Amino acid sequence: MTNQPILKVTSVARNFGGIVAVRDVSFELAAGEIVGLIGPNGAGKTTLINLITGVYPANSGSIVFDGADVTGQKPFQAARRGIARTFQIVQPFPEMTVLQNVTAGALFARQSGSITDAVEESREHLKFVGLADLAETPAASLTLPNRKRLELAKSLAMRPRLLLLDEVNAGLNPTEISGALDLIRDISARGITIVIIEHLMKVVFSLSHRILVLHHGELISGGLPNEVAKDERVVEAYLGSKFAERQRSLSNNG
Amino acid sequence: MMRRLTVPYVLFSIWVVVLCMLPFVESSYFVHLATNIALFTILAQSWNFIGGFSGYPSFSTAAFFGLGAYAGAITQNMGLPMELAWIFATVLVSALAALFGFILLRLRGHYFAIGSIAIVEVLRLAIASATDLTGGGNGMNVRFLPGGPEYVGMVFLYTMVGLMVLVFALTVWVDKSRFGFGLRCIRQNEDAANMVGINTNLYKIFAYVLSASFCGTVGAIYASWTGYIDPTDSFEILLTLKVPVMAMLGGAGTVIGPVLGAAAFSLLEEIFWANFLEYNRAILGVVIVILIFFLPRGLLNLDYHTLHRRLRHNAGRNPREPSE
Ligand SMILES: Nc1ncnc2c1ncn2[C@@H]1O[C@H](COP(=O)(O)OP(=O)(O)OP(=O)(O)O)[C@@H](O)[C@H]1O
Ligand SMILES: [Mg+2]
Repeated sequence: MTNQPILKVTSVARNFGGIVAVRDVSFELAAGEIVGLIGPNGAGKTTLINLITGVYPANSGSIVFDGADVTGQKPFQAARRGIARTFQIVQPFPEMTVLQNVTAGALFARQSGSITDAVEESREHLKFVGLADLAETPAASLTLPNRKRLELAKSLAMRPRLLLLDEVNAGLNPTEISGALDLIRDISARGITIVIIEHLMKVVFSLSHRILVLHHGELISGGLPNEVAKDERVVEAYLGSKFAERQRSLSNNG
Repeated sequence: MMRRLTVPYVLFSIWVVVLCMLPFVESSYFVHLATNIALFTILAQSWNFIGGFSGYPSFSTAAFFGLGAYAGAITQNMGLPMELAWIFATVLVSALAALFGFILLRLRGHYFAIGSIAIVEVLRLAIASATDLTGGGNGMNVRFLPGGPEYVGMVFLYTMVGLMVLVFALTVWVDKSRFGFGLRCIRQNEDAANMVGINTNLYKIFAYVLSASFCGTVGAIYASWTGYIDPTDSFEILLTLKVPVMAMLGGAGTVIGPVLGAAAFSLLEEIFWANFLEYNRAILGVVIVILIFFLPRGLLNLDYHTLHRRLRHNAGRNPREPSE
């Protein structure tokens, strides 16, 4: 029972017009893992998250969450099943207060519960991400780092079992990033499975138990951080084939 | 805090009492006016569910009003008691609104607006061409309620005000409920709303049906009240524009806004009717321009504090300005 993967993605693919954004991707997530999803710009990382959360239907393949086939689900169904995500481009309810934003997450990801309870619970999540003082501010007037925190609080309020973080650290300074990393570790300690998309290699490699690498929509590598860092295909994808060749010849000569 | 929250209810209650007292203090003209105001208030409150809370600019009001008027008139002429005819009209309009909503609410923004106004034309043409049932362009008569004009006037006034109170109560409920919260989320960011677990399509269809149901009831009551309806009058494009303007004038998405807007607009219109008959149509245009430039969020959401300060500021400055 404990060995059953919380998420099992099998051969999913998605194209937009002529562009193949995700091509035959398969992987599994074990419950409680932190998995880093990396890849160059346009590799298909966000699209893969959109497929898992049902923003777009996959053209082919299947997605199984917690033993149930969820291929073709709608985003609201994903939310109710326990899949939450943050958006690369933050998506607040701009005119609502910070507290109301989080309350929306707490209220609707479950089928029942009163607004008052949801509000109370949301205050806890705001405290957790460090936004308690800004509870009554309209979301639109937050700074970017705070908007990212709000996204995080909102998705935590949904009490997810799987949390997909799409570049929550982009645009943050080093101090803010280390704060965010502590938060993510805390979230993981609650038993929530986390997929983190991140461009800063140092961040993903230090945080993740496992890394998946997407390139041109394909999963080109996967494994422990130190294995992936040495994988030639990954170096090539990131730094170009010329660089990879030089690396190779250097190491052969040496 | 508590006092601020109860103000709308107090204002609304006073307004209801005023409308109900009119038959005792003044002529049939005022009874007619009060009935009309209640009618428009119901329409504006109805629009508020889809246009205000959910932020979908619907122009379907006249479609559901007209359909309700015909459904009520036809069934009443077939022998159904008046009240049952009204209920039948409400149910029919709600069912059709669910169907239209299912199709239309896939569209967003301008596309939805255009689709929603198209329904008015489609239904008008359908009704106008079903000559056997509706009398076509000649319109149709509805049996008058027996009992003399004064009594009949009061019956319709109290019916209309009663319905207005009911829709107000419904608005208060929506405003405080999980459902209303969800609609507000949809208004602000539909994709994010879906992502937190709101079944956005279902919510929108419910809001659209709510915004249609009572337009249907009001249409049916209107048919019984006036005793005669025709397609042009029942599916009037002007009505479909006027109602959202009323709601926005007061403050879309608020509880009391549509009540305030409908009253203000109707009274303004009445003053214009009485004094400048030929300019009556212009009032809608003027109100729209004022709304866009000065009151984008309605009377209720006006920043009175700033306005007051600015006016005082100007008043204080004027005397010092050199006189010509
Ligand atoms: N809705 C869409 N319509 C058309 N093309 C899309 C759409 N979404 C993504 N794409 C295309 O799919 C490809 C993958 O995009 P995606 O956003 O998934 O990449 P990414 O790995 O998240 O990149 P980044 O690191 O820049 O965020 C890109 O070529 C992109 O232009
Ligand atoms: Mg992306």
